[in-house]
Amino acid sequence: MENSIELTAAAKQGSNPVKKFLRIRETGLILIILALFVAMSFASPYFLTWVNMRAMVMAFAVEGIVVVGMTILLISGGIDLSVGSVTALAMVIAGSLFLAGVDPWLASLVAIAACTGIGAFMGFFVTRIGLHHFIVSLAVMVIARGACLLFTGGRPLGLFSLPPEFKFIGQGSIGPVPLVIIVFLVVVLCFDFMLRRSTAFRKVFYTGSNEKAAAYSGIRTKRVIFLTTTLCSALCGIAGIIYMARFGSAQPTFGLGMELNVIAAAVIGGASLNGGSGTIFGAILGAALLSVVSSSLALLDVSVYWQDIIRGSILLTAVSIDHYLNKKRDAGGKA
Amino acid sequence: MHDDVILKISNVSKSFGPVRALRGVDFELRRGEIHALAGENGAGKSTLMNIIDGILQPDGGEILWEGQPVRIASPNAAQELGIGLVHQEIALCPDISVAENMFMAVTNRSRRFLMDVGSLKQRARAVLGQLCDIDPGAIVRDLPISHQQLVEIAKALTLDCKVLILDEPTAALTEREAQTLFGIMRRLSAQGISIIYISHRMVEIFDNCDRVSVFRDGQYITTAPISEITPSGVVNAMVGREIGTLYPPKQAADTRTEEVIFEVRNLTETTRFKDVSFALRRGEILGIAGLIGSGRSEIVKGICRLEGDVSGEVLLDGKPLQLRHYGDSIAAGLVYLSEDRKGDGLFLERSIAENVSALDLRHVSSAAGLIETDREIELARSLGAKLNLKYGRLSDPVSSLSGGNQQKVAIGKMLSVNPRLIFLDEPTRGVDVGAKSEIHRILRELASEGVGTVVISSELPELIGLCDRVLVVREGRIAGEVAGDRMTEENIMRLASGLEAAPQPTLNA
Ligand SMILES: Nc1ncnc2c1ncn2[C@@H]1O[C@H](COP(=O)(O)OP(=O)(O)OP(=O)(O)O)[C@@H](O)[C@H]1O
Ligand SMILES: [Mg+2]
Repeated sequence: MENSIELTAAAKQGSNPVKKFLRIRETGLILIILALFVAMSFASPYFLTWVNMRAMVMAFAVEGIVVVGMTILLISGGIDLSVGSVTALAMVIAGSLFLAGVDPWLASLVAIAACTGIGAFMGFFVTRIGLHHFIVSLAVMVIARGACLLFTGGRPLGLFSLPPEFKFIGQGSIGPVPLVIIVFLVVVLCFDFMLRRSTAFRKVFYTGSNEKAAAYSGIRTKRVIFLTTTLCSALCGIAGIIYMARFGSAQPTFGLGMELNVIAAAVIGGASLNGGSGTIFGAILGAALLSVVSSSLALLDVSVYWQDIIRGSILLTAVSIDHYLNKKRDAGGKA
Repeated sequence: MHDDVILKISNVSKSFGPVRALRGVDFELRRGEIHALAGENGAGKSTLMNIIDGILQPDGGEILWEGQPVRIASPNAAQELGIGLVHQEIALCPDISVAENMFMAVTNRSRRFLMDVGSLKQRARAVLGQLCDIDPGAIVRDLPISHQQLVEIAKALTLDCKVLILDEPTAALTEREAQTLFGIMRRLSAQGISIIYISHRMVEIFDNCDRVSVFRDGQYITTAPISEITPSGVVNAMVGREIGTLYPPKQAADTRTEEVIFEVRNLTETTRFKDVSFALRRGEILGIAGLIGSGRSEIVKGICRLEGDVSGEVLLDGKPLQLRHYGDSIAAGLVYLSEDRKGDGLFLERSIAENVSALDLRHVSSAAGLIETDREIELARSLGAKLNLKYGRLSDPVSSLSGGNQQKVAIGKMLSVNPRLIFLDEPTRGVDVGAKSEIHRILRELASEGVGTVVISSELPELIGLCDRVLVVREGRIAGEVAGDRMTEENIMRLASGLEAAPQPTLNA
């Protein structure tokens, strides 16, 4: 009796599109980004041009692939500090092999496989030895960066002789849309859909929200964590190859500080460092927000030092606003 | 008459969104009395206690403390007034020692830079000594649930309080530990301390309390001295209707068969149990009794490959099962309801529907491995209806449910996979009388449909009332078996404690 009354009340609430929109987790972020757009279009006529839009998306598209991996890993309860160095390592491995005469496609496959192996290696230490993700990935971050410098002697590898078909991955467009953006969208849409709907990824949520209860539901939680750790590094490998094709070079110092950007994007988008929550859509909005802010600050000629201070503050503000809205939504959703 | 009332609640209301947990309730507590609170799951008992302890703020109404209106803004404020609350759910810090947990409030208030660990331990030992033998230096995570519960109680005893609230403290205790607790309660009440005691067990209320107040659906129904009311009177007031006999009828003699559906042979684990063999016949409910730490839960977890390094044979319908991990066990139809629903039974922050479907997502997904939300909701809805679950929306997190309703979600999760054999560890912990007999009825139904049903319980009357046969475990071995007329609390306790070698049981193997 009582239940059915409450259910109809809830159903009514859900049918109102405005309220429904407000209940979506990402609403707060979308509104913040829109507000920035409006403000910036007044401040700079250049902001709302196609070129600038494309540049802004390009700026976070490749990193966005890493954000996807990080978000999934965060949901499962892990974290990965090595994403920047592993991305660079992918470039360096593929670049070195290419310079040694290996076919660039094969070299890329080897590099991606190596990154996947690094992920598996970290997954092994976390699930079998029982170390924390933070420590393992911190160590691997340093090791991978060291390996980059070792392979290259610390100098960037110029890869001008890469065949044009290969460079097309990073530099080509289909119609007006750069291929990088298409790849990015495909990755994001696929993983977003799977994370929402597939049983495999549901197990990631279960594992992250209560690992023991997940084990007591017959889920092999260690395997889940092993796989999310591996997946994140594999996506770093793919990102590294795209960067290489785009820049036509392999830089051993590429991606310094990338982990902070990526984790910030995921967290702004609602992922919890305690595991169990987060969405790809939100994380990508988080990445978009950071990119819009950077681009705005650059357009407004703000000094680089100030840019960092502002970006850090934005991180705090955005997470706080999101947190506040969600608390209100959770309370309001029941009202 | 009036001045011996220490706490008076009048017309207090509290809503959580659409759920009206309390609707203008009254309540009165006298100095030095033990006052029982009774009510079905979700009646609002814990909510009222949380208001008294300052954890929740009422939407309306008045609280009078020693005749003065007060606003209890926080648990700290409650503590200053002299109110101590032992929560229904255990809320200790798992990674620090028992002593540090017990004196968290003291440490919190202390101005000293360093903790005096030695004296903390000594003081902890003094308080714990009254309850049982727990090492104050032990890490909480390593203690069994019943000892964690005792630590919670000891923690409240260290506060110098005038009102002590115990929210279902015995749900996780063994009989003996519970008796010790009742002794302490009576001593405190003789010292003039008032106790609010919440329990779903009528025997406990009638043996130990002075008055009882009954709540139903967020409303205050009545208060009566224990001497002027009967257990069935309380139950009727709780549910607002007559409740039939407490336990369903046992397996009828003419349906009894020797057909064994499940068998365990020489199950052994390195340290926790050895050479365990038993068989389960079609249609019967098998009970497993034993003291906490006897290994009864470990044996069952071992069978399901949830923990431990287990050797021995497990046969279902005569065929040996090759189980490597719990996933295999679920696939074979063997499921285990955990005794610790908060720790490992449920995903508290996830929705009711997502919890119910967690055991086997294939029941709610398409062939391509995509979850179909409609089917998931439907599964939760039908199991919720079967178990008479009280909830707002199926998309609400499980943490928003009352304790007993959370337990129903945990049971619904087990039933969602249509199991062949179901092990239930304390299945009615924290569940109210109505729902309890409901669960018993469901278990009986499952058993007669041919689903193997094995129940572990610390509540001996429940084992005796529900089961057809009870195995008693002591120190990791099966100490004996009782059935029929020999199934008495005394016989079970004897076997469990090893006081006296029982006549050699006939083990079916
Ligand atoms: N934080 C919350 N959010 C939403 N609903 C809540 C919350 N806390 C309690 N409720 C609801 O309030 C009602 C009363 O819950 P309460 O925990 O007080 O019941 P109870 O009498 O203690 O039951 P039990 O015997 O099962 O412990 C329930 O319907 C419950 O779902
Ligand atoms: Mg309660």
